[in-house]
Amino acid sequence: MIRKTSLGVASVLALVAGTSASADAHSATLTIATVNNGDMIRMQGYTDQFTEQTGIAVEWVTLEENVLRQRVTTDITTKGGQFDIMTIGMYETPIWGANDWLVPLDDLSAEYDVDDILPAMRNGLSHDGTLYAAPFYGESSMVMYRTDLMEAAGLEMPTDPSWQFIREAAAAMDDPANDINGICLRGKAGWGEGGAFITVTGNSFGARWFDEDWNAQFDQPEWAEALNFYVNLMNDYGPEGYATNGFNENLSLFNQGKCGMWIDATVAASFVTGDDSTVADSVGFALAPNNEGVEKRANWLWAWALAIPAGTQQEAEAKQFIEWATSKDYIALVAANEGWANVPPGARTSLYETPEYQEVPFAQMTLDSINAADPNNPTVDPVPYVGIQFVAIPEFAGMATEVSQEFSAAYAGQQTVEEALEKAQAITNEVMEAAGYQ
Amino acid sequence: MARAVTPRRKLINTGAAWAVGLLIFFPILWTILTSFKSEAQAIASPPILFNFDWTLENYGVVMERSNYARFLWNSIIIAGGSTILGLIVAVPAAWSMAFVPSRRTKDILLWMLSTKMLPAVGVLYPIYLLFIQMGLLDSRAGLVIVMMLINLPIIIWMLYTYFREIPVEILEAARMDGATLREEVLYILTPMAIPGIASTMLLNFILAWNEAFWTLNLTAVDAAPLTAFIASYSSPEGLFFAKLSAASTMAIAPILILGWFSQKQLVRGLTFGAVK
Amino acid sequence: MATKASRSAARLMMAPAVVLLLGWMLVPLIMTLWFSFRTYLPLRGGDQGWTGFDNYVRFVTSSAFWPAVQTTLIIVVGVLIITVVLGVLLAMLLDQPMWGQGVVRILVIAPFFVMPTVSALVWKNMFMDPVNGLFAHLWRFFGAEPISWLSDAAMPSIIMIVSWQWLPFATLILLTAIQSLDSEQLEAAEMDGAPKLKQFYYIILPHLGRAITIVILIQTIFLLAIFAEIFVTTGGAFGTRTLSYLIFQRVLESQNVGLGSAGGVYAIILANIVAIFLMRIVGKNLDN
Repeated sequence: MIRKTSLGVASVLALVAGTSASADAHSATLTIATVNNGDMIRMQGYTDQFTEQTGIAVEWVTLEENVLRQRVTTDITTKGGQFDIMTIGMYETPIWGANDWLVPLDDLSAEYDVDDILPAMRNGLSHDGTLYAAPFYGESSMVMYRTDLMEAAGLEMPTDPSWQFIREAAAAMDDPANDINGICLRGKAGWGEGGAFITVTGNSFGARWFDEDWNAQFDQPEWAEALNFYVNLMNDYGPEGYATNGFNENLSLFNQGKCGMWIDATVAASFVTGDDSTVADSVGFALAPNNEGVEKRANWLWAWALAIPAGTQQEAEAKQFIEWATSKDYIALVAANEGWANVPPGARTSLYETPEYQEVPFAQMTLDSINAADPNNPTVDPVPYVGIQFVAIPEFAGMATEVSQEFSAAYAGQQTVEEALEKAQAITNEVMEAAGYQ
Repeated sequence: MARAVTPRRKLINTGAAWAVGLLIFFPILWTILTSFKSEAQAIASPPILFNFDWTLENYGVVMERSNYARFLWNSIIIAGGSTILGLIVAVPAAWSMAFVPSRRTKDILLWMLSTKMLPAVGVLYPIYLLFIQMGLLDSRAGLVIVMMLINLPIIIWMLYTYFREIPVEILEAARMDGATLREEVLYILTPMAIPGIASTMLLNFILAWNEAFWTLNLTAVDAAPLTAFIASYSSPEGLFFAKLSAASTMAIAPILILGWFSQKQLVRGLTFGAVK
Repeated sequence: MATKASRSAARLMMAPAVVLLLGWMLVPLIMTLWFSFRTYLPLRGGDQGWTGFDNYVRFVTSSAFWPAVQTTLIIVVGVLIITVVLGVLLAMLLDQPMWGQGVVRILVIAPFFVMPTVSALVWKNMFMDPVNGLFAHLWRFFGAEPISWLSDAAMPSIIMIVSWQWLPFATLILLTAIQSLDSEQLEAAEMDGAPKLKQFYYIILPHLGRAITIVILIQTIFLLAIFAEIFVTTGGAFGTRTLSYLIFQRVLESQNVGLGSAGGVYAIILANIVAIFLMRIVGKNLDN
């Protein structure tokens, strides 16, 4: 047994030694945390070319969105230094930038052409005018609909539909006998899922999260109107179990031909017209709707962007990678290999000026949708916050997830809309009071 | 307690047991089958059980996207290392508690078990900060230590109950014959304890392999095991049932195979003193 | 029997384990206690000083607290009942003479080897998905409307997933215990003409008492901490937020470490109450 013990100790020590050896080898390598979205995974396939050009190796940590958020937030707040580049969104960037946790991207090379980044994206990824993260792709939201079903229903989709028209069209296209739902929308709990959708829906009904003194506004009639409209629409013409559907579930439904309409991220356009879709030939696009007479539409604004945590040992290399991954050349590279419809959209003005890209059916509508979104002025009534489908304060993610859980319970019929709004109001005020806003 | 029964009775037993066994196993079987389908066939309605175009495409995609070998290797090192380290600490402790019990032995055991009840997420920040201080983040050594500590109470308890079943009379007889403590451990206890130690090792290996909170939160690249591997396939855009199934199969296959080959060992020792 | 020398040798041998576990318990515990009395907001500049019992009051008065405790207990008790009852039945079935016993046993214990994350993903997507899941196909085949498992029946779904994972463990331990049952006793009872149910109640069940105790004890420890199954399936929505999930939301989603730490202290208290309760009720079984 003694021999066994010493053998065990020796092998454990060997493990430890092995680990420290690999830690030395680490220095020539960038570690990048990213989300498991299609565009990101495609980029990983091209990383070899970057390594060939620069000699910088890249290690990917690819995680599902919720796990990624949890992982990178823990690391940045504790200064863990696990990553040289993090993939973050428009919500995190200004907050982290304000805390000086990110390396400012104010010295990017001239050929990178930072002024080419779409103004809306650049604003959303800056704090006090300094860019802290470079957009890999950007998105707004829009209506995607089945042209064949619309035609069969004898309707024509305007480029700027109202919610009332959406409801009418959903009623006309709904066909349970053939397994077609009039409309598919997100209902899944989570601030980035159903929470984002219901917030922009609220905006398009004139609702807002807070008044100018940071008082929660869920007790206002606009919210009741928005939420009731959504619940009635989905109960009448939505798919079974929509309370657990997020982006991915709806994409899958739409691609299987089970939705007449789907209002969601503009990036979905390349998927619903792509190889995996059974309805690729008959998809039309329109601006996200508004309640008749309300000037704001249900357009959100989001970007998945690459940022460098302050304190990394490899700032220069990390910048080199970011310049490569978000460059015009990268877009051209993807276009050459996979076609223009598959390039990362919504980040650069020049993309939308490219004649080949203008022929992509959803290009113009994507740009129009992005331009229709204004994070600094998201609602009808004035608000103290920046952000459209989110409120750019650190407390938001937690409370919006809880609020959207209450909403999802209402979608599933487990409580009434009024009860859900009451709870949302209480949760929000509780958090804001604890954080010292009120 | 095998008893003689009529063939008819045996047939009924066999039928019932197989039906239940297959029902319990079905989710795993379905996952394995789905991993060989195309994405379209994976969601076909009505579902296809066997009669589909078998393809290895999903495994190809997963292998191309992820460095499976590294994840696998890390899982083996972390689960194996923590098991070895755990046994080195636990065997002497369990031995002394079983053979030289004091009034407080039972309390100590229960206290050890109670350390497992601290909710992991509540101490994520403290542990993360400690790991930064000690430079253990994303290191296999750090995870080996954490996994060892997490499972130590279970190991000690399992060994303790197993050791207690070894009749004390044998030890006393050996002592009468003048055996030293070392000889006692080496020639009498160890051979008798080997089945218990083996199944403890197995159980600990399985628990460490499947642990998904610390292994995910304390690693990035160098030490990331299969639990992190699966996190990159959990809900991507588009159709993913087949690829998820392939990744799932790859994540559980090694431990499933190990478990099957050693199930006799596992079953023999996995009593926690339940048999008296 | 124990001599002084062997006593001190025993202490020496226990020392590493005790010291390690003491460290593993005390260091995080003290840090948790420390944070729980402070306003610690990682996204707002970190540690902002002493706050007394504010976090404790806030955590326990939050409308989410008691439902979370209730959810935790329902999941633990629900899974325990299912796994123990089915485990006893399954163990008795597997103990019968049959062809291919070894293979059946392999099939039955397989779920124990599956990672919780994988099992939650598989159940959620491939079985419980209301459109493409197997259950939905099955329901439609029988002409029924598919159920949205993870919203309309969220708690039963989670209890089912967790039970599936733990049933093999319960079955294995109970099977080992049944196999040690003296068959002469049963045969004698059979000769006396005792009905099967009586045999079960007076001979088998008492014999299994100790094994059932062990199953309950070990499973409770793991069940109080289940996390992955909820994270993957419902994210705490539809009344499935357990205490440990609530703490997760406070610490990671809301980034309020102080509040979450106070929750952690409550969770430890709850776990200990459950533990003491368990010991009182079933601990006797362990002593003999």
